[in-house]
Amino acid sequence: MSAAADTALLDPMLPAPWRVRAVRRETADVATLDLVPLVGEVPRFAPGQFNMIYAYGIGEVPISVSGDPADPTQITHTVRAVGAVSRAIADAAPGSVLGLRGPFGSAWPVAAAAGHDLLIIAGGLGLAPLRPAIYQALAASEHFGRIAILYGGRAPAELLFRDELAAWGARAGITVAVTVDHADPTWHGHVGVVPALIDEISFTPANTVALLCGPEVMLRFTAAALEGAGVAAERIYLSMERNMKCAIGLCGHCQFGADFVCRDGPVLRYDRIAPRLMVREI
Amino acid sequence: METLEHLLLAHPFFAGVDPAFGPLLAGCARNLRFAPGAYLFREGEAADEFYLIREGRVALELHAPARSPIVIASLGGGEMVGASWLAPPYRWGFDARATADTRAFGLDAKCLRGKCDADPHLGYEMMRRILPVMVRRMQAARRQMLDVYGHPSA
Repeated sequence: MSAAADTALLDPMLPAPWRVRAVRRETADVATLDLVPLVGEVPRFAPGQFNMIYAYGIGEVPISVSGDPADPTQITHTVRAVGAVSRAIADAAPGSVLGLRGPFGSAWPVAAAAGHDLLIIAGGLGLAPLRPAIYQALAASEHFGRIAILYGGRAPAELLFRDELAAWGARAGITVAVTVDHADPTWHGHVGVVPALIDEISFTPANTVALLCGPEVMLRFTAAALEGAGVAAERIYLSMERNMKCAIGLCGHCQFGADFVCRDGPVLRYDRIAPRLMVREI
Repeated sequence: METLEHLLLAHPFFAGVDPAFGPLLAGCARNLRFAPGAYLFREGEAADEFYLIREGRVALELHAPARSPIVIASLGGGEMVGASWLAPPYRWGFDARATADTRAFGLDAKCLRGKCDADPHLGYEMMRRILPVMVRRMQAARRQMLDVYGHPSA
């Protein structure tokens, strides 16, 4: 077993040092970092899981893994600079060292969705936590019915992974549809909200598993649109975001009703949490 | 060969409509094709014809001085383009431009308004189809206003 995995199992509160191998600037404020452990091997992770990333001396934030689960050489994270910690991580230079704890949390049920149509629906930065699920599904695409990736962003310049979206959409049997909230006339794609894309693709609602990640408002509207189209709530999965601190269900900061998002989530089944999504106090 | 009436009633907008209205509706309709970049209509023009897209894509744009035009929505096959023909002063409130090769039915708004006034059953059939579209678009526009993908407040 790797030293990094030992760390997660034996002392999940102790960050292990990882070196930034490479950095890719995705947009003006989003960067993707490839990380390698200074000690031991890269731990396995399941799509949907997250690590706690520590910018030494500044602080720690939960960030979902955005890389390929089949890649044993590194862990990849995509980070948006919104506060002091995430800015320090997004600005980390190749060669610098960050602390990592994890991986933690529940996973997208990609393997269990075999035999179904698979809808992967992302909003904004939500494409990053879904990208490992996309890699996993596309690596075994023959096991699924139709696979559709629907992605909504603020504007064309803020879309993530545009080259990969084009490559995925060029594959036989894979539908990729992208929409933005507003654009200039050089954009010839969709303009509108993500749920509108659901009406434009072919799938069999009664035999569909849907994976959703994005801002909570977008999740609510999209899950409701899927239900309206005939997808059962128990086959809709959402990745939730809450104030995760310890990442192991001890501190209670991320409590969401009966669940701790860090331990029971971040991937949660819609039928279990739908009523709570309407409770503003939690 | 399929007639304009058959093709028009097969459009999703008219799904389930009483076929008896077919000749009446087809009497106000024509087949149109727009090349990429062509305008269906421009802001301020008389809203004397609205459109049902068969294939293609249409962008709704707003222009403002000293700013790039903003695309506020795009519509594809099966969608209705334009609602300003329904309410005075019957003038378009934005531009509609084809962004792909687009085939559409054009419906003469004045002709259809007259027929709806003369036959309340037809008027009600039209409102039953138009109102859900308008509600869906208003809700979508409000959600776009939320700017959910923008920076969360720190």
